[in-house]
Amino acid sequence: MSLKYDPNLKYAETDEWARVDDDGIVVVGISDYAQDALSDIVYVELPEVGDEVSAGDAVSTVESVKAASDIISPVSGEIVEVNEALDDAPESINEDPYGAWIFKVKASDLSELDKLMDAAAYEAFNATREH
Amino acid sequence: MTELKRTALHDVHVAMGARMAPFAGYDMPIQYPTGPMVEHHAVRNAAGLFDIDHMGQVELIGPDAEAFLQYIQPRDVSQMKVWDAEYSYLCYQDGTFVDDIFIYKLPEEKWMIVINADNREKDIFWMDTHIVGFDADIIDISDPTYMLALQGPKAQAILQKLTDYDLNQVAFHTAARLQVGGVDTLIGATGYTGEYGYELFFPEEKAIAMWELLLETGKEEGLLACGLAARDSLRFEACLPLYGHEINARVEPVGARLSWVCDWDKGPWLGREAVLKTKLEKPDMLLVGLEMIDKGVPRGHYEVAKDGKVIGWVTTGMKSPTLGKFLALAYVPQGYNKFGTELEVIIRGKPKKAVVVRRPFYIPAYRR
Repeated sequence: MSLKYDPNLKYAETDEWARVDDDGIVVVGISDYAQDALSDIVYVELPEVGDEVSAGDAVSTVESVKAASDIISPVSGEIVEVNEALDDAPESINEDPYGAWIFKVKASDLSELDKLMDAAAYEAFNATREH
Repeated sequence: MTELKRTALHDVHVAMGARMAPFAGYDMPIQYPTGPMVEHHAVRNAAGLFDIDHMGQVELIGPDAEAFLQYIQPRDVSQMKVWDAEYSYLCYQDGTFVDDIFIYKLPEEKWMIVINADNREKDIFWMDTHIVGFDADIIDISDPTYMLALQGPKAQAILQKLTDYDLNQVAFHTAARLQVGGVDTLIGATGYTGEYGYELFFPEEKAIAMWELLLETGKEEGLLACGLAARDSLRFEACLPLYGHEINARVEPVGARLSWVCDWDKGPWLGREAVLKTKLEKPDMLLVGLEMIDKGVPRGHYEVAKDGKVIGWVTTGMKSPTLGKFLALAYVPQGYNKFGTELEVIIRGKPKKAVVVRRPFYIPAYRR
């Protein structure tokens, strides 16, 4: 079963993906590589809407059968929405990591996303890691 | 770092796509591509097959084997009949745990003791230091003996297809020697999942053939290969203790809720006075079940607090796959063990509300 990479997303070395919606809001989730490494996800601790975050902040935690993993915001700004459906169905991240977003940030500086990798670079990066 | 040991099935697990990780000095399958949740439910609803060859086995033989066994553990083994299989443990003189064990009474005054992988050398050394004066021998048969566990409501139907022996004759917590797919096998009707099932002991060179035969035979019953993650969540729901978590050299049987094993009238055994004293005076720390009121995953070693003051620790915790609740086993002081007592589990620095609930979380099939 090979891992999926969405060419429309940008990826962080810490395995978050980010997508800029039409309204300039940044949507954040975790990659297929990350959900596969975590295995069955049992709980997502969501940030609060209205939280001010800086790029690099651990703002959420994804808990799997194996371990707890921090989710890092790739951009600075304000949390404007969280995916509350994850409260009842955290496993949807396993099933559809690129559909099951975690939080949305109204970014103060979209250029922070330039530090992220495109899908090809992220796939190449993962090939160098121990899975 | 010392080299990890491998079981005879190591390469088979890797070929099946298992995720391997170090456990008790062995490179063991933690999960297969199905994932630990699916594996867990397979055991509750159908059957699962586990490679547990990391477990150790020793034989006790000789005229004083029974007397020696009476001396080193709390159960009255003189009450065991040939083919009985029972849970027990070894204690230090101060009553704390050396290990927990499973005792098989075999024919011809031979006993088999199943011990934890991590404790193999320690247990054998402990037994060796106390065998002086007994005409008995301890033989470590761990290496030539392979051990698999076949667990779940369909375990009997699957195993029955591979043997002429009527498995209805093998009652819970008894053993039998029989042929499984033509291989001379000792089976014990026991396990570590809260379901009916068997643990199988047979020559190591048959490991791959036996594994593949069982998986193929159990296909239509829904048998899945299961890793140690599912083994842990299954035993946790049934509140079966795991050495290094619920039991270790810092806790003792009364607090661990295991003093039901002790036969006080059988004569002296190692640790008896200390355990009896604790039984009469009540232990300082008691193992309790916790259910999270606030959402969050309690995990082993997390602190347990009452009104902000740390009073105990979590031994194992997780989201229970069967019950869908966030649950934990934890040691708390005497007085905080009543059902309904509100406590906190410190999860990443934040106190999260939890309440003391009844154990086991999942009533084992053999206790219903």
